Amino acid sequence: MMDIQKIRSDFPILNRKVNDHPLVYFDNAATSQTPQVVIDCIVDYYTHYNANIHRGVHTLSQEATDKYEQAREKIRAHFNAKLTREIIFTSGTTHGINLVAHGFSNLLKKGDELIVSALEHHSNIVPWQMACEATGAVLKVIPMNDQGVLDMKAYEELLSNRTKLVFCNHVSNALGIINPIQYIIEKAHQVGAAVLIDGAQATPHIKPNVQELDVDFYVASGHKMCGPTGVGMLYGKEEWLTKLPPYQGGGEMIAEVSFEKTTYADLPHKFEAGTPNVCGGIAFGAAIDYMNGIGFDAIHDYEDELLAYGTAELSKIPGLKIYGETDHKAAVISFNLQGIHPYDVGSIVDKLGIAVRTGHHCAQPIMDYFKIPGTVRASFAFYNTKEEIDALVSAVKLAQKMLS
Amino acid sequence: MTIQEIQNEIVDEFSMFDDWMQRYEYMIELGKSLPIIEEQYKTETNIIKGCQSKVWVHAELQNEKLVFTADSDAIITKGIIAILVRAFSNQSPKDIIDADTKFIDEIGLKEHLSPTRANGLVSMIKQLKLYAVAYQTQLN
Repeated sequence: MMDIQKIRSDFPILNRKVNDHPLVYFDNAATSQTPQVVIDCIVDYYTHYNANIHRGVHTLSQEATDKYEQAREKIRAHFNAKLTREIIFTSGTTHGINLVAHGFSNLLKKGDELIVSALEHHSNIVPWQMACEATGAVLKVIPMNDQGVLDMKAYEELLSNRTKLVFCNHVSNALGIINPIQYIIEKAHQVGAAVLIDGAQATPHIKPNVQELDVDFYVASGHKMCGPTGVGMLYGKEEWLTKLPPYQGGGEMIAEVSFEKTTYADLPHKFEAGTPNVCGGIAFGAAIDYMNGIGFDAIHDYEDELLAYGTAELSKIPGLKIYGETDHKAAVISFNLQGIHPYDVGSIVDKLGIAVRTGHHCAQPIMDYFKIPGTVRASFAFYNTKEEIDALVSAVKLAQKMLS
Repeated sequence: MTIQEIQNEIVDEFSMFDDWMQRYEYMIELGKSLPIIEEQYKTETNIIKGCQSKVWVHAELQNEKLVFTADSDAIITKGIIAILVRAFSNQSPKDIIDADTKFIDEIGLKEHLSPTRANGLVSMIKQLKLYAVAYQTQLN
C-alpha cells in the first residue's frame, strides 16, 4: 500500500498555492513533478562534480563520467535492454524519433511504406512525413474508432512486404488509451518491418520490457517520469543502431577526424554528438531509482483507482463527454462540456488552482476525427489524490455554470 | 469618446468587482454585446493566429473611422475581444495606432497578456493595430 501523504511530501512543489488555492496538478501528461531526491541530485552534480565527460583525464571528469554511465546502465536495467550500448541518451522523445527518422531517410526507397497510427503525437508524425518527402516513401494510417481504439483488422490489411517501419505510441497522450503494442510488433515482424514505439506517455505508468516486447526502437523522456527536462533515451536493437547512419555530427561521435576522412565512434557514442546533458542524464537515473523504489505495481494500482474514481465522478456531470472510452487506459481523462470551448473551462479551473491542459495536445488528427477544437485533459500521477479529483469536479461544475 | 476615456470607463466598471469570479462573469457578459462579424467574413484571412480558440476580426472604414466586428468560439476569448473592440472601434486609425493597452492590466486580466500560445490577446491587439496601420496608409 502506498503512503500517499509520505509520497506527496517528497514533492516540494505540491505545497505551493496558485491563485490563492492549493495547487492541484493534473497536467502530468505534459510534464511530471520532480521529487526532492532528483532535485538534490541536480544540486549535488553542480556542487561537487560538474565536469565534461568521456575524455578528461582528471578526477572530476572521471567522477562525472562514471555517474553518467551508471545512469545509462540504470536505464538499460529499467527497460531490460540486453546491452548498455543499445541505450542512447537524447534530449527527449522528439529528438529520439527524429534521430531514427533521419536514419531511415537514408535507407528508405520510393514506394516503401511506413505505417503510423491515428492516435500519434505530432512528434511521431512529422519526422516521418519529412522522411517520406525526402525519400518518396508512403505513409499509411491505422484508423481509430469513436472509442479512440485502433482498428487492428485495418492494421493487418495495411501491412505488406513493402512495409518497412511501423510506429505507434504505447499510451496516447491525448486520450490515455493503452495500445496493443505487443500485437502490433508481432504482426509487423511477420512482414519484415521494424517497429518504433513512442513510450513518452507510457513510462510514468508502465515498466516496459523491451526484450520481451521484441521492439526495435523505444523512446522515452526523463521529464515525464519524475526526471528533469532536456533528457531522454532511445533504445534500439544493436543491429538497427549499427545500420542507421549518425544523426548529428561533431565531437564525441567520432573515432578519427581529418579533412580527408572521418570515421565514426561505436555505439552508443555514434549518436551522442557534443557535450550531453550530463546532469540531466544522471538525474534521469535518480528518477528511475525513485519510481522503482515505490514500485510500478503499486503505482499502477493506485493510478487505476484514481482513473476509475475520476471517470465515475466526472461522468455524473450532465453534458460532459469523455473521449477514449475503453477499459485499457492510463490515468488520463480527456473531456469536453457540451457547447463549451475547452479553453474556457481550463481558464476557469485554473483560477481555482487546478492545472489541466486544453487544446489539441499535439494530436490534431485525433481532434479532427472527433470534429472538436480540442479537449480538457486531466492527467494523474501517483502523487495525486481523490480529494484533488473532487476539487476538479467542483471546478468543472462551476465552469459549466458560468459558461452556460 | 476618446480611446483613453473608454478605457478609463472600462477600468472603473471592473474596479467594482472584488474577486476573479465577478470579473470573469462581467467579461462573459460583455462578450454577449460584441458586434458580431458577418458569416461571409469568417474566412481564413480574418482568423487571428496564436489563439487556442478561433477568433475572427473584420475591419471596415466608415467616415474615416475604423469599425471592428469579431467573433470567437470560446466565451472568455469573446469577452476579451469585446473589451478590445469597445475600446478601439469607431476611432481613427491614427488614434488606434497611438493607443496603449495598459488598461488590460488595470482590469485584472494581466494573465491574458502573457505571450503563451494559448491566449491570443497579444495577437489580437497586434491585428487591430495592423488594420489601423493599413487603413491609415490608405487614407494618406
